[in-house]
Amino acid sequence: MRFNIPIVALVLLATSVSFSAHAHDHSKMSKGNAGAMSDDTMQPVKEGELVLSGAFTRATLPGAKVGGGYLSISNPSKEDDRLLGGSSPAAARVEVHEMKMDGNVMQMRQLKDGLKIPAGGTAELAPGGAHLMLMDITKPLKQGDMVPVTLEFAKAGKVDVQFMVGPANATSMEHH
Amino acid sequence: MNYRMLRIAVWAVIAALTLFLVFTYANTRFGDKAGAVQLGAPFTLQDQDGAPITEAAFNGHPTVLFFGFTHCPEVCPTTLFEMAGWLKDLGDEGKDLRVFFISVDPERDTPEVMKGYTAAFTDRITGITGKPEEMEKLLKSWKIYAKKVPTENGDYTMDHTASVMLLDRNARLKSTIDYKESPDVALKKLRLLIAG
Repeated sequence: MRFNIPIVALVLLATSVSFSAHAHDHSKMSKGNAGAMSDDTMQPVKEGELVLSGAFTRATLPGAKVGGGYLSISNPSKEDDRLLGGSSPAAARVEVHEMKMDGNVMQMRQLKDGLKIPAGGTAELAPGGAHLMLMDITKPLKQGDMVPVTLEFAKAGKVDVQFMVGPANATSMEHH
Repeated sequence: MNYRMLRIAVWAVIAALTLFLVFTYANTRFGDKAGAVQLGAPFTLQDQDGAPITEAAFNGHPTVLFFGFTHCPEVCPTTLFEMAGWLKDLGDEGKDLRVFFISVDPERDTPEVMKGYTAAFTDRITGITGKPEEMEKLLKSWKIYAKKVPTENGDYTMDHTASVMLLDRNARLKSTIDYKESPDVALKKLRLLIAG
């Protein structure tokens, strides 16, 4: 529940921001106007046409060497994009993974071709489905910290996002 | 007349055999409903304090088994948090339960690693790990699927059965709690296990 309200607020904010950007500056949706609020970590980061929001990770448990990264990525443009992976000073690698249940068996796979961000749609990276994996984290993730990640997209290129570290059992809004 | 009697007798035997087979099959196949199922095999492993532990640990108490690994990013922490929640909800009612977290990744999960990990959820869960060959025996005997899946840079993750197994006081499998089963159903199953 903790993340519910901020995420909804962010999605609304993201929508209104992109709406007002369209309204005020119809001709110019280039990367130039994107980084305006990049230093306020809880603001949606905009890059090209993608809208990223609600980025969070979880406090890691003792001994854990990996952490999941979760966020919503909206693509209001007319072209599909792909999330290929990323990098972070907090981890050796940042990969796109997908968790699936095959009957009672949990399967975890790296999505080597990345994750499609459909044109006019939203990709939800959430616990229990597709998500980012911070592999070989350099130190435990602590609740309340921010983890900087540079995501890499096939079309939108590199986008910096701050992931807020929530409690170790933080869930996405779908599960509430 | 004798011939007719014989025919009836033969059919009666066939009917009895069929019933017996169907019942036996149902009992193993649908153990959940028809009764408890005997699984498991003797083993000698280590608990999270490094002390020896054998199959005897599953006897004499209603027992909860969950198989996973500490590098598990999602299903294990989620389930262990849920298990800690069930234990809290059961309170005194659940004090007779024994709860074990059994590693499917003994290469990385040493007793120390297991201890630090389980302590993050509750003090009621005991980790079990040990020699990989001996672990494999235990997993096989409980029909637990576990497979190493290589990732980049020589690293690996594990695919594994994510159900929680509920054993009666005689260490027979009584039922299971599946991943993402509702807390109400889980608690109902645990109460049945404790009562049974």
